[in-house]
This record gives sequence, C-alpha cells and structure tokens, in this order.
Amino acid sequence: MTTVTHWTGDAGTAKSETLFQRNMKLFASNRLSIFFLFITLGFVFMAVAAPLIAPHDPSDADLFRRLLPPAWMEGGDWSFPLGCDALGRDILSRIIYGSRVSIFIGATVILVATTIGVLAGLAAGYLRGWVDIVISRLVDILLGFPYLIFAIALIAMTGPGLQNIVLALAYKEWVIPCRVVRGETLATSGVEYVEAARAMGASRSDIMLREILPNILSPVLVVSTVRMAHVIILEASLSFLGLGVQPPMASWGSMVADGRSFMLQEWWLSTFPGLAILLLVLSINVVSQGLRDAFDPRFHD
Amino acid sequence: MSVGKFIERLLQLIPVLLGVSIIVFVMMLFTPGDPVAIMLGDQHVTEELENALRHDMGLDLPPHQRFFKFLSNALTLDFGLSYYHRQPVWDVIASRLPATIELSLAALVFALVVSIPLGVLAAVHKNSLLDRIATVTSLFGVSLPGFWFGILLIIFFAVNMHWLPVAGRAGFESEVAPITHLLLVDSLLRGRIDAFWDALRHLILPTITLGLPMASILTRVTRASMLDVLNRDYITFAEAKGLSKTKILIKHALKNALIPTVTVAAIETGSLLGGNMVVETVFGWPGLGRLVVESIFVRNYPLIQAAVLFYAVTYVMLNFFADILYTMLNPRVKL
Repeated sequence: MTTVTHWTGDAGTAKSETLFQRNMKLFASNRLSIFFLFITLGFVFMAVAAPLIAPHDPSDADLFRRLLPPAWMEGGDWSFPLGCDALGRDILSRIIYGSRVSIFIGATVILVATTIGVLAGLAAGYLRGWVDIVISRLVDILLGFPYLIFAIALIAMTGPGLQNIVLALAYKEWVIPCRVVRGETLATSGVEYVEAARAMGASRSDIMLREILPNILSPVLVVSTVRMAHVIILEASLSFLGLGVQPPMASWGSMVADGRSFMLQEWWLSTFPGLAILLLVLSINVVSQGLRDAFDPRFHD
Repeated sequence: MSVGKFIERLLQLIPVLLGVSIIVFVMMLFTPGDPVAIMLGDQHVTEELENALRHDMGLDLPPHQRFFKFLSNALTLDFGLSYYHRQPVWDVIASRLPATIELSLAALVFALVVSIPLGVLAAVHKNSLLDRIATVTSLFGVSLPGFWFGILLIIFFAVNMHWLPVAGRAGFESEVAPITHLLLVDSLLRGRIDAFWDALRHLILPTITLGLPMASILTRVTRASMLDVLNRDYITFAEAKGLSKTKILIKHALKNALIPTVTVAAIETGSLLGGNMVVETVFGWPGLGRLVVESIFVRNYPLIQAAVLFYAVTYVMLNFFADILYTMLNPRVKL
C-alpha cells in the first residue's frame, strides 16, 4: 500500500503510517466515541450470544404471565426483569433476540451496499466515459425515490421477510457510497502516486483497488457508519408498519407496534424495545461523528 | 442564473423522470398476481369476458407498448381504477393529499422556527451550555425512531396530561366546508376560530414527530455555517467599526449564514415525504402515507404504483427547486 502522507500537505508525520492509520489513532484518542463504540460492540455481542444470555425462550408464551409488569413495579417478577408482553413472552429475551434482526440487517445491507457502491464509484470516477454516464444516471434515478416508499414498493412485490428487506434496502443504499467514492476517485485520480503507478504500467484494476481505494477508506468508513444507523431505523420502521420480519421472530420495530394497543396502561411493552433502538442508533451516530472529526483535516491540530 | 442554464437544468430532468417511470413500470410488471383476477375478485365470468377485460386494460400488448400506454396515461393522471375504493386511483390519492401537504408544511415550519434561532445562538455562544444542549439534542433528534417517539408523545401529552388529542386530523364538531382543503387555512377563511384551534391541537404532536429529525439536521447546518460566517473578514471589520453585536448578527452574518440552511431545508422537504408513512400511521392521520401502507395489506397495486410514481416525481421536482434556489442564493456557484 502506498503511503500518502504527502498529499495532505503535512510531511512531518511518520512516513510508515498511512493517512488512514493516523486518522484511526486520532479517533482512538476520543474518549466519548470509544465509550459509544463499546456500547455498539455490546449490542453486537448481545446479537451473537443471544441464546446464551437470554434468560428465556423469546417465543415462549404463557398467558398466566400476560402483561406482567417490570420487576420493580407492583406485581413484577425478577425472573422477567422488563415484564412480559400480551402473550406472556419475556420482553428482555425478545429485546436480546431482536438485536439480531437489527444488527444482521444493518450490517448486511451496509456490507452489500458498500461493496457495490465502492466498486461502481471507483469505476465511474476512474474509467469515466460511458461507464460514468451509465452509473451516474442510474444513481440520479434511484435518488429520485424517497427511501422508505421505494423499499415499501419492493416489499409489496416480494412480500416481507428477512432476505427481502435486505434486498429492498440494498437496492437503493449502494447509491450513497457510490456517489462519495466517485467524487473522491475523481479528486484522487490525478494525484502523483496514481500517475506514478500508471507510468509504471500498473493495470487499471490495480490502480483502482491498490492505489486509490486504500486512500479513500476514511470517507467510506464515515459514510457506512452513519448509513448503518439510518438503515437500522428504516428496518425498525418497516417492521413497525408490519412489513418487516414476520412473527414469531422478534424485532424491535414490531415489538413497539405490538405494544401500541397497550400503551395506555402497559407502557413497558413499547417503551423498552424503543429505547434499545434509540441506544444502538445513538451509539453508532456518536461513533460516526467521532470518525468524521478524526478524518476531517480541519479538526487536525 | 441565466435562462439558458435554467432550461438546460430543466431538460436534465427528463432522463431522470423517464428512468423513474421505467422503474415503476418494471415493478408493476413483476408484481405477483394477475390484475384481471385481482380486479374480478370473487366474481365468476366467462373466459371471453375475461379476455375482453384484459384487452381493455391493454394487458395483452407487448411490454414496450404497455409502457408507452402507462406513460401517456400517467401524464393525464389516469392510473386506472382502485377496485378497493371503487374510484379512479388519482381521485383517491387527491383526496388524501391535502392532509399530507398540511402536515409536511407544518413540519417544515416547525423545523425552521426551531433550528434557525437554536443554531445561531449555539454558534454565537460556542461551547456554552446552550451549544452543548443543542448538539446533544440534535444527536438525539436524528437517532430517535419516529414511530416510537410519536407513541411517547401520545402517552405523555394526550393520555396522561389530556392536553392534546390522541389521533386524527380534527374532531367531528369542527367540520368546515372545504376551500383549500387545508384545515388551518379553511377554518380561518370561514372565520371558525374553534375549528382552527381544534385543527392546530391535532397537528402539534405529528408535526413535532415528523419535523424533529429535520430540525436536528438544520440546527447543525445553521450552527456550522454561522460559525463559518462569523470568522469572515467583513464581520471582523464590522466589529472594528464599532457596530452593535445584534446589528452585526442580523444585518451581516445571518443573511449569509442562512444560505446553506435554506438549501438543506429544500432538500430535506423531500425526505419529509418519506417519513410521513410512519408518522401518519402512528397518529391516524388521514393522508397519503397511511393510504399507501393500508393499500399494501389489501394488495391494491394500482394505487401503490401511482403513489410511488407521485412521490418520486414530487421528490425529483423538490430537489430540482433546491438546486435552483441554491444557485440563486449563491452567485458564486455555477451550474
């Protein structure tokens, strides 16, 4: 990988570090971001280890426990800390299992979209010509659809379900990293080290993947984190509208929807899963903000 | 901006709008189920009648001819019949539109009224307590799931405190004869203060829920651009001339600082459209967003397609105006 410390203009830094590595160190020195990074990782751990840490089976219904209040309220039971829903299922266990849906969909959509978007953006920005025209027009057209309505229309066709949601969201999501990468590639492709690689006879794919890509990782990372937060809210919104993953699978959005009819008395049904969404999305947004600050040269001393 | 450039930008809309309609048409082609069978429902008819119907609806044509038919019909707002409502699709959409427009405009006004003063004050008093509160609030504003926040607002303000109504657009007793179909406007035009008050009370919670993410984004934008402007030479110069601080802020800084805010507001108005499906569902708001969600469950495909096309065209036009606005406010930017 080429070192690029020269193109930001501050040649005084260690030559062995890439810009990306230096940015990551700056990020690591921001305590608030690191704190929220750990919360985010906590959610990831929760999703992976759900069967080990959930106190109950999330689908285990028992009408004797119907609408059981949280443990600290009158009539609560400490073996069901956050209470039970209308079917007597443990809310805490359902929240723990629900993190799987949010994190799986958030991560998969962003992974698929970023891969496609980065490749398309590199091709459009470096090859230019008709490749750029085709990709940019497609981007313009897809940007013409409001996000949620596009996803809803696709789900209306394909039906709800985990796989269809990932597809419905990824169909449009790749456009966002693509635009960023295209712009960055346009700005980078005239730079000395790219010219040098070209002069040395490197192939076009080599230049795109080995010279340009490593140097535009920072904006890609910022965009994918902030978009992941957004995708998680979109998935929860779809599930809330009944177009997301289907019962009995637990998802935070559908838990909020199920609790809606009980909000007058049994407020805990909707409140806790909503808090989980807020905390996860907030954490990712803070991490993303930290990355942005670390990567933005204006914040460098 | 010159007229020539404007026309050039206008012409660039054509391939985008055409592409958008192709995508909507392809979605329609791949929609499961036979439209004729869906339309007939439980009625049993002879095969000839079914074929005649298919021919009438143009379903026996090859795809490219069907596309041109779809396009020319769409241009005259003919999207076929909504069998569920037993009305033309466009009439159903048009009847739901005013509620959505009223809510979106209210959310836009709310977002501007909150974000501009907050962003300006946060920039002027940088690193103060107020600045920190503004930063944290706008972080929460973009992280809150709207459907959940709306429910919390209902629980607190409507159910517990009884200050505001739980759902809907207006009570039965405050019905006014429509003029513009925007209740706030109509009730004033008819001199019905009670109806105006009722409509306003119904509007408050959905407006906050829909407008909060936009208010958060605009606060950040206003703060950042105000900070940028305050560091400019002409502000320092005005200060050196001994002009009062308020005068500098309002006369010199604000005017320039608001350019990005206005532009982002125009772009974000498009995303209000995307958000109203969720907010209208939570608050039982009788608008287009809720109509689309309801239509999915009854498989009312013609309506969904027309609505998607309508949303997309509106969205493209809004972005176009945002672009034009930006160029007009920013003489340095050339298209």
